[in-house]
Amino acid sequence: MLKKFFVVCAVMALPSIAFAQDANPAPAPVAKEVAAPIVATPAAAPAADATPAAAAPKSMDGSLPGYTPLRPDYANSVGMPKPKEIDFQEQFTENGQYAKWINNAVLLPIITIISLFVLGLLLWVIVRFNRRANPVPSKTTHNTFIEIVWTLVPVLILLGIAYPSLDLLAKQFKPAPADAVTIKATGYQWYWGYTYPDHGGFEVVSNMLKEKGDVGQGERFRTDNDGPKLMAADNRMVVPAGVPLRIQTTAADVIHAFAVPSLWFKLDAVPGRLNEKSVTITKPGVYFGQCSELCGARHAFMPIVVEALPPAQFAAWVKAQGGTMPGAEKAAPTAPNAAAPATTAPADTTVAAPAAAPTK
Amino acid sequence: MTTIAATGTDLHAHDHHDADHKPSFFARWFMSTNHKDIGTLYLIFAIFAGIVGGAISGLMRLELAAPGIQYLQGWASMMAGKEASLDEAYHMWNVLITAHGLIMVFFMVMPAIIGGFGNWFVPLMIGAPDMAFPRMNNISFWLTFVAFIMLLGSSFVPGGTGLGAGTGWTVYAPLSTSGSVGPAVDMAIFSLHLAGAASILGAINFITTIFNMRAPGMTLHKMPLFVWSVLVTAFLLLLALPVLAAAITMLLVDRNFGGAFFDAAAGGDPVLYQHLFWFFGHPEVYIMILPGFGIISQIVATFSRKPVFGYLGMAYAMVAIGVVGFVVWAHHMFTTGMSVDMKMYFTAATMVIAVPTGIKIFSWIATMWGGSVSFKTPMVWAMGFIFMFTVGGVTGVVLANGGLDDNLHDTYYVVAHFHYVLSLGAVFSLFAGFYYWFGKMSGRQLNEFLGHLHFWIFFIGVNVLFFPMHFLGNSGMPRRYPDYPEAFAYWNGVASTGYAIMAVGVLIFFINVAWSLVAGRRAEDNYWGEGATTLEWTLTSPPPYHQFETLPVIK
Repeated sequence: MLKKFFVVCAVMALPSIAFAQDANPAPAPVAKEVAAPIVATPAAAPAADATPAAAAPKSMDGSLPGYTPLRPDYANSVGMPKPKEIDFQEQFTENGQYAKWINNAVLLPIITIISLFVLGLLLWVIVRFNRRANPVPSKTTHNTFIEIVWTLVPVLILLGIAYPSLDLLAKQFKPAPADAVTIKATGYQWYWGYTYPDHGGFEVVSNMLKEKGDVGQGERFRTDNDGPKLMAADNRMVVPAGVPLRIQTTAADVIHAFAVPSLWFKLDAVPGRLNEKSVTITKPGVYFGQCSELCGARHAFMPIVVEALPPAQFAAWVKAQGGTMPGAEKAAPTAPNAAAPATTAPADTTVAAPAAAPTK
Repeated sequence: MTTIAATGTDLHAHDHHDADHKPSFFARWFMSTNHKDIGTLYLIFAIFAGIVGGAISGLMRLELAAPGIQYLQGWASMMAGKEASLDEAYHMWNVLITAHGLIMVFFMVMPAIIGGFGNWFVPLMIGAPDMAFPRMNNISFWLTFVAFIMLLGSSFVPGGTGLGAGTGWTVYAPLSTSGSVGPAVDMAIFSLHLAGAASILGAINFITTIFNMRAPGMTLHKMPLFVWSVLVTAFLLLLALPVLAAAITMLLVDRNFGGAFFDAAAGGDPVLYQHLFWFFGHPEVYIMILPGFGIISQIVATFSRKPVFGYLGMAYAMVAIGVVGFVVWAHHMFTTGMSVDMKMYFTAATMVIAVPTGIKIFSWIATMWGGSVSFKTPMVWAMGFIFMFTVGGVTGVVLANGGLDDNLHDTYYVVAHFHYVLSLGAVFSLFAGFYYWFGKMSGRQLNEFLGHLHFWIFFIGVNVLFFPMHFLGNSGMPRRYPDYPEAFAYWNGVASTGYAIMAVGVLIFFINVAWSLVAGRRAEDNYWGEGATTLEWTLTSPPPYHQFETLPVIK
């Protein structure tokens, strides 16, 4: 499937580059530079199996025709950690809001009271039962009533906690409806691939964006439009907002974990397994996460960026990726509407290099 | 309570007792069969390993004190003897976290609390002359020693991206199989094999000793709670460690002999490894804390000058924790993609553990209640333990909720939780026991002022160090990261400051030990007074080389 994808992309890209050299003389050198890797891609495709490269056209700011990456909401720290924060991130799923409520309104008060209660008892012992205040120790070693109390009361408290807790679990495991949008997130050492099986099966490869000083001339680097340092990725996992999503995770090499704190979502990506969880993002926005299972040297450098868009904009993004919306007529590689995105912005055409190569 | 004949039969006309006739230096310390000497070896070993493991965490906190990679590349270059790449530096980070975890679990806490205090005081407390199998006791120690050398050695051989095993202490496949090429992970696995074999032998020794060598009249229900705790721990070791041995042997087979237990491409399953590991790993955390419970029970009773409140409840709470501890393992795996029924079961079962734990906390407080409490150093540590273990325990109840782990799993919240129950739980109980028994073991008492100073600085340090980690976890910082986004900088900076405070406390501890060994107050037989009622206080300080040649009789 992957090989076919490469071939399709190459077929799409070749005429567009030829066109670019004719119509846009100024950026031609750039196009020439990128032409070589594109031509090489189909030949290298068998070898590239282990490290799938995204051959989708990309620009320096990640924009595509009909799609400009959403700027993260820094002012409200949406989808990202806030400096000096002690609480959970703001939640953008119903289950996330419910889980945050369970912690902040049920568990946190209970555990705080228990801890302070134990501390208070210890302080009372220090004040009242020190050797000077109480020279003669009592001989009490049993009190059946109080022993029953401190066994039963914790049991009742735990039952109280168990009710919302198990309820939350049941909600989290509610299967996605049949028409949910499926996205398969595959963990690789050390980047993510997002496949859209409902939209033609294209895969978006998502690498962490490096800082300006850490990339070579002409390579894309992180800007604040992309996201915070270490959390921004070149290609985001774009999804529709307000629509049930069926997120599946798997991995190609070792175990990774797909995690987005502001969506209360964490699911291991295990080789040979396909895990699945349903989620509905309530608001358009950019939600950042990081790999959460130790996966080797660059474990800390394979962020997850979920961009939730209104369905119409999502459809435009899918189109820009060369995919199809379910129900729409399947576009052949040579169909004008599939070739159009590539021809309209040829100067921006670059190849997302397989960033799996070690960096010095 | 007892009658003691610690002097033995004086066959020689010398002015020293036959019981005190010690072998030569080499025979005494390298071929030791004496439970007290082996206990001392274990304690010295654990202190040394603790320094190594603690220094490694110091390196980690130094690197994490500010965002960006500051020192890692330099350290990796130093280790490799050549300029290290950034990836090798990142690998070095994984080696550090792996080494810190394995050293603290297998070579600091376990040797100190079971090998050290268990060896020293189980025979003394049950009125036995020694352990049941003295030579097996010796081989247990030396296996542990070799295991530690193996683990340290693994840092100097290739382990994939760089030198050393960078798999985390959990050694998850396939990162530990196809993901780590080179001998480092094999060495680390062998190290675990040796340490595990040593612990199994030790466990057999303790079980045999406790079941067969109690003094006449000491029924199971008259045993001191520390002995109870070691007995339960020994059973946990005996049942859990073979499963670890099996799991890591399967890793070796996968790595070296074409096995596919955990290789999905050949029909294996990586999650199987996690089930096997945590079937051992969860009892393992109780192995580390239960003897601490026992120590705290002895200390609280001693300094309250009252017998332990609800003795039977305390003993059977430990048994209950041990039993339930075997059926909750998958709460470490809530995000692996298990079914909703499994997740609900493991959530509920895990919460159940809070009940016997609560019984213990409240029973300790009830022991103090109405007591005549003197706040000597061991008691201060014990009270610190009770409070800190409560804090670590309640965050455990939070983490028990599988639904919350969809956010909290593998974040710093988990790191905060297990350091509260281990670094502020098990380690506090270790310090409490050390201050409690140091006079008995060495014949000289630790300094009270320095002990209190050590406590307060350490207490403040570890809280500044670990409490902010709850906040980092809440806002989403994942574990095992050498670098982090700017937003996490503040609390990481605070945590690193806490490490520095804690380190000062540890320094005071070593000053105290060094000073007390040379010039400490000589310890009488029972230097804690009437509250200390167990058999070790009927002996001299230090006890004779061979004690209880005539068995004490418990009334």
